[in-house]
Amino acid sequence: MKFINWSKQNLFANWKDSLLTITILYLFYVSMPPLLNWVFLDATFFGDSKKDCTGDGACWVFVNVWIKRFTYGMYPNDQIWRINLAFVIFFISIGSYFFVSSKIKKCIFIFLTVIFPFLAIFLFHGGSLGLEEVETRVWGGLFLTLFISVFSIIFCFPIGVLLAMGRRSNLPVIKYFSIGFIELWRGVPLITVLFMAAVMFPVFLPSGTNLDKLIRVIIAITLFESAYIAEVVRGGLQAIPRGQYDAANSIGMGYWKSHLLIILPQALKIVIPGVANTFIALFKDTPLILVVGLMELLGMVNMAKTNPAWLGLATEGYVFAAFVYFIFCFSMSRYSLGLENKLKTTN
Amino acid sequence: MKLLRKNIEKLNLFLENYPKIGIYFPQFLIILLLGIIISYFSMNASTNMAARGIETGFGFLANKASFDIQFSLIDFDSNDSYARAYLVGLLNTLLVSGIGIFFATVIGFFVGITRLSTNILASKVAEAYIEIFRNIPLLLQIFFWYFAVLRLLPSSDNSLILFNFVFANIKGIYIPRFIWENLNYFLYGFLFSILIIYLFVSISKKKQEKTGLQVPTFTTSLIIFFTINFLVIYFGQVGLTLSYPVLETNRGLHNYMGGVSVIPELIALAFSLSLYTSTFIAECVRAGILGIDKGQKEAAASIGLSKAQILKLIVIPQALRIIIPPVTNQYLNLTKNSSLAAAIAYPDIVLVFAGTALMQTGKAIEIVSITMLTYLTLSVSISIFMNWYNKKNSIAER
Repeated sequence: MKFINWSKQNLFANWKDSLLTITILYLFYVSMPPLLNWVFLDATFFGDSKKDCTGDGACWVFVNVWIKRFTYGMYPNDQIWRINLAFVIFFISIGSYFFVSSKIKKCIFIFLTVIFPFLAIFLFHGGSLGLEEVETRVWGGLFLTLFISVFSIIFCFPIGVLLAMGRRSNLPVIKYFSIGFIELWRGVPLITVLFMAAVMFPVFLPSGTNLDKLIRVIIAITLFESAYIAEVVRGGLQAIPRGQYDAANSIGMGYWKSHLLIILPQALKIVIPGVANTFIALFKDTPLILVVGLMELLGMVNMAKTNPAWLGLATEGYVFAAFVYFIFCFSMSRYSLGLENKLKTTN
Repeated sequence: MKLLRKNIEKLNLFLENYPKIGIYFPQFLIILLLGIIISYFSMNASTNMAARGIETGFGFLANKASFDIQFSLIDFDSNDSYARAYLVGLLNTLLVSGIGIFFATVIGFFVGITRLSTNILASKVAEAYIEIFRNIPLLLQIFFWYFAVLRLLPSSDNSLILFNFVFANIKGIYIPRFIWENLNYFLYGFLFSILIIYLFVSISKKKQEKTGLQVPTFTTSLIIFFTINFLVIYFGQVGLTLSYPVLETNRGLHNYMGGVSVIPELIALAFSLSLYTSTFIAECVRAGILGIDKGQKEAAASIGLSKAQILKLIVIPQALRIIIPPVTNQYLNLTKNSSLAAAIAYPDIVLVFAGTALMQTGKAIEIVSITMLTYLTLSVSISIFMNWYNKKNSIAER
């Protein structure tokens, strides 16, 4: 009875609504069964080669066999534990962040932002202390996606904050330099910045030096995203009431002191959702590194589908990659939305 | 630590006594630093270029390009110059952006309004659409439509045929070509009718402001438009015939001739750009409509405006003021995102110029900077327009 009332109100309020509802239900009825059959019922999940796929449905064997490559790229099999270890440390420290007292929270925060990056790079790259060296050109898969997005955001955050402060500065040289820098990177597509990293950076470096491609890409992405972070942070700085600046000045604080102790702590808290959104955009942009020859998840799928033993399975590969990206982006966007709502009510 | 603090205090005192130093010194430092960085890089660049035997300069633009471009809006062959190749790439970028902007706007407004529907099912479907297409990387969507859908179309000799005049196969989609006779008469007539309507609308607006009398502008404009165009078409003998694509077999190769062919790269790119950007536009539209105070509608209803009048005179003008700036930003994003064309070999400016031309000439600095400058010009001009628009339309508060 309740359901009938509810549907009368929300689905069949008038003849237009009813028509719309019936059309949508019909479309579902037509499209869902074949789709479900393809994904689940007729699909083959386990096996070793393309020959195991007999049904008319999807051949998930492809994903199953290649999953290690999709996750870790061409990283040597016997060294994969290093990546896993780094990520386990990362997730344990992030997870415990929500359950401990504020004093330990500070320690964890410092560990994550200052110590962990070096530890992770050491674990991934190796080369000393008994760890075998793994060159960056075999890095790939989802691991590389996460590596590039996390490291770029760590590097571009301080630059972005400085640029945002510079843009609001009273000193004309600093102000116009910041504006020029921000608008330059915001005005061009990432792909041209990556091209720049690939072909232009080597020209500018002293002859003989050979900067690793991955480092060049991270520099390029950092320059590019710092402009976006700067705009987000500027929004936060603008939202701080004038009185806060005046109050800080009136008790004798200078520019840096007032910003570090009064303005930035408040402004950065407001911009957390904006930064999260920038991070999602950055995460979604990482597949672009394909154009300079680095293979993250999408790149690996692209490579696997051209393997002679696995031809014709592009759809499965892309659907799988889309699913992975969707899970990451969707959960992050929901989290940032939750933060936004929380901030709205507390402010 | 103590010593450092003492010194900082001393420095602060010093700066207070000479306030100008606090203003000029940091700026001077930045200029000096930039100067050092730039001269260091350019020094390296000049030695590197000299070592590789590459001349710098933009003279290469006039040289023969000697490569072919698979798809171009203007005539191009391998005898043309690099400058013309740049133009071909730019036009292709603008073409795919234009198509993308058109469809993204249409889909975006439709989905955004559906998202606010009172029908829960429709609103949920719209939400699912937005979440799915927004949270999957654009490059992946382009690859999906290109490799997993369009590449699986049948070969030319057994194409898919829709409505007997659209042919789809692995080489692209073929549609009939319009062949006009006396097209120029039609264009003149069209422009003339627009001019008349413009004059009519502005006169009746003035009249309404003066006397309060409303003239039915919309219906009259339609009548003017159709009469003038019909008369021109009838007396100017403007004719329209269709040339259908026909399957021709030449030495065992099947191909459709006649008609307009649209390459699959363009379709995949335009399609995914529209779907991806439409989700963002839908959110802007939703925010714009939700941003209007409920009191506005109620106030309008209380002075006796009809539902259509409320929508036309109260809701849409205010909603557009909120919607247009972020949507323009999305248009800009779409144009920048069209550079992903390079990944599926659609000959846009990045592929033709920053790809092929760069490979051939090796002039990395010139070509990459021209490409970036092109995009920069586009976005700066759009943001100037946006600032002008915001200033013009911002609410005059008393």
